[in-house]
Amino acid sequence: MEQQQAAPPMQQSFFTPFNVITGTILLMGMVLTVLRFTGGLGAVTNLDHNTPWGIWIGFDLLCGVALAAGGYVTSAACYIFGLKKFHSAVRPAILTAFLGYALVVLALTYDVGRPWRLPYPILVSPGTSSLLFEVALCVMLYLTVLFVEFSPAAMEWLGLRKARTLVMRLVLMLTIFGVILSTMHQSSLGALYLIAPSKLHPLWYSTYLALFFFVSSMFAGLSMVIFESSLSHRYLHKHMDHHHLDNSNDVALGFAKAASFIMIGYLFIQMIGLAIDNDWHHLATGWGAWYLLELIGFVALPALVYAVGVREKNIRLIRWTSVWVVLGIIFNRLNVSLVAFNWQLPASQRYFPSWMEIGTTLFIVTLGVVIYRFIATRMPILYEHPDYQED
Amino acid sequence: MAEAFFTLQDFMVHTKAVAYILMGATLVGLPLFWFFLTGRDEKKRTY
Repeated sequence: MEQQQAAPPMQQSFFTPFNVITGTILLMGMVLTVLRFTGGLGAVTNLDHNTPWGIWIGFDLLCGVALAAGGYVTSAACYIFGLKKFHSAVRPAILTAFLGYALVVLALTYDVGRPWRLPYPILVSPGTSSLLFEVALCVMLYLTVLFVEFSPAAMEWLGLRKARTLVMRLVLMLTIFGVILSTMHQSSLGALYLIAPSKLHPLWYSTYLALFFFVSSMFAGLSMVIFESSLSHRYLHKHMDHHHLDNSNDVALGFAKAASFIMIGYLFIQMIGLAIDNDWHHLATGWGAWYLLELIGFVALPALVYAVGVREKNIRLIRWTSVWVVLGIIFNRLNVSLVAFNWQLPASQRYFPSWMEIGTTLFIVTLGVVIYRFIATRMPILYEHPDYQED
Repeated sequence: MAEAFFTLQDFMVHTKAVAYILMGATLVGLPLFWFFLTGRDEKKRTY
């Protein structure tokens, strides 16, 4: 195997910049974890009765789920729409999605507390009329689906040929199931905020909030796959085979084209949302400027730049634009959950996360990066295992 | 300033009218954007 021959030598020092930085963050995270689970929410967060959902929900959960949408988007493109040229992007996207959702659940345990009670909404006290119940059920099922979708890579690594063959037969069914579940919970996360029309600023509050979250998750997922592929290209290229290296440009071009078109569609439905609620007059306020920054600066402009990148086959431009779009999605989710939430409160009563909340979020993101690196450098994620190339 | 609406009928007529205009713009705008997006793609030979 080419990528195995090119693996870094074992005598390399353990104290590399990557290891030192991630090690420090992980150590800090462990201390914060102890503080949170022994001292409660009050010991580490600035949450209060006005803002019971802070950065752990706004960033870790809402952004995490949106950016993990690459899993369902890529597998649907490849297995349902038959676009086999994107096959090389499926495993990295599934791994990113699996880790993304696993870390969403981890972050949720920090926010909710009592992790042993996580199965309660499903097994003990199902609130079937609640959106949170639907989100919990979907995330639980989809995390299981992603685990099964990811498992063939681990099985190839471990040499479990029979088990792998069995799972590979389920791929199409799992993909369809994954798309259905994603459609449901991506939109439900937006719909959660429909309960707070008096708290969320009218420019962000809309009866179409569920639709906005679902549609934006599509281009978030596509952009995240491009972004993640650029990072792999830069830092893990030794573990990529020729097939993956050659296809990465096609993946970037195809996904940028799809993302660009969906973003323009999203722009139109956002405007229709404004029209239905007659919110135009808010655009002339400070909040309007902030909203326009989100819609023009992080949707319309990157959509156009994506389109220019696709027309000119400028991969570098597309890769940078994917970072722009990912930041835009984070901007949007934080606006809905934190910035435009409780907008009428005086500044002194507004929520701003404590450094310990930010530290915990950093810890969870770092954990994801470390686990991704661990898996991608060992299992056949960025290359095809030589024993299974014909399958 | 927001316009004053005295009845729900007035409000619905106004907002629906604007929404329909935007939907028309979407129907025209999206295909045009698609042509821009795919304008330099290699043409597929169908013969």
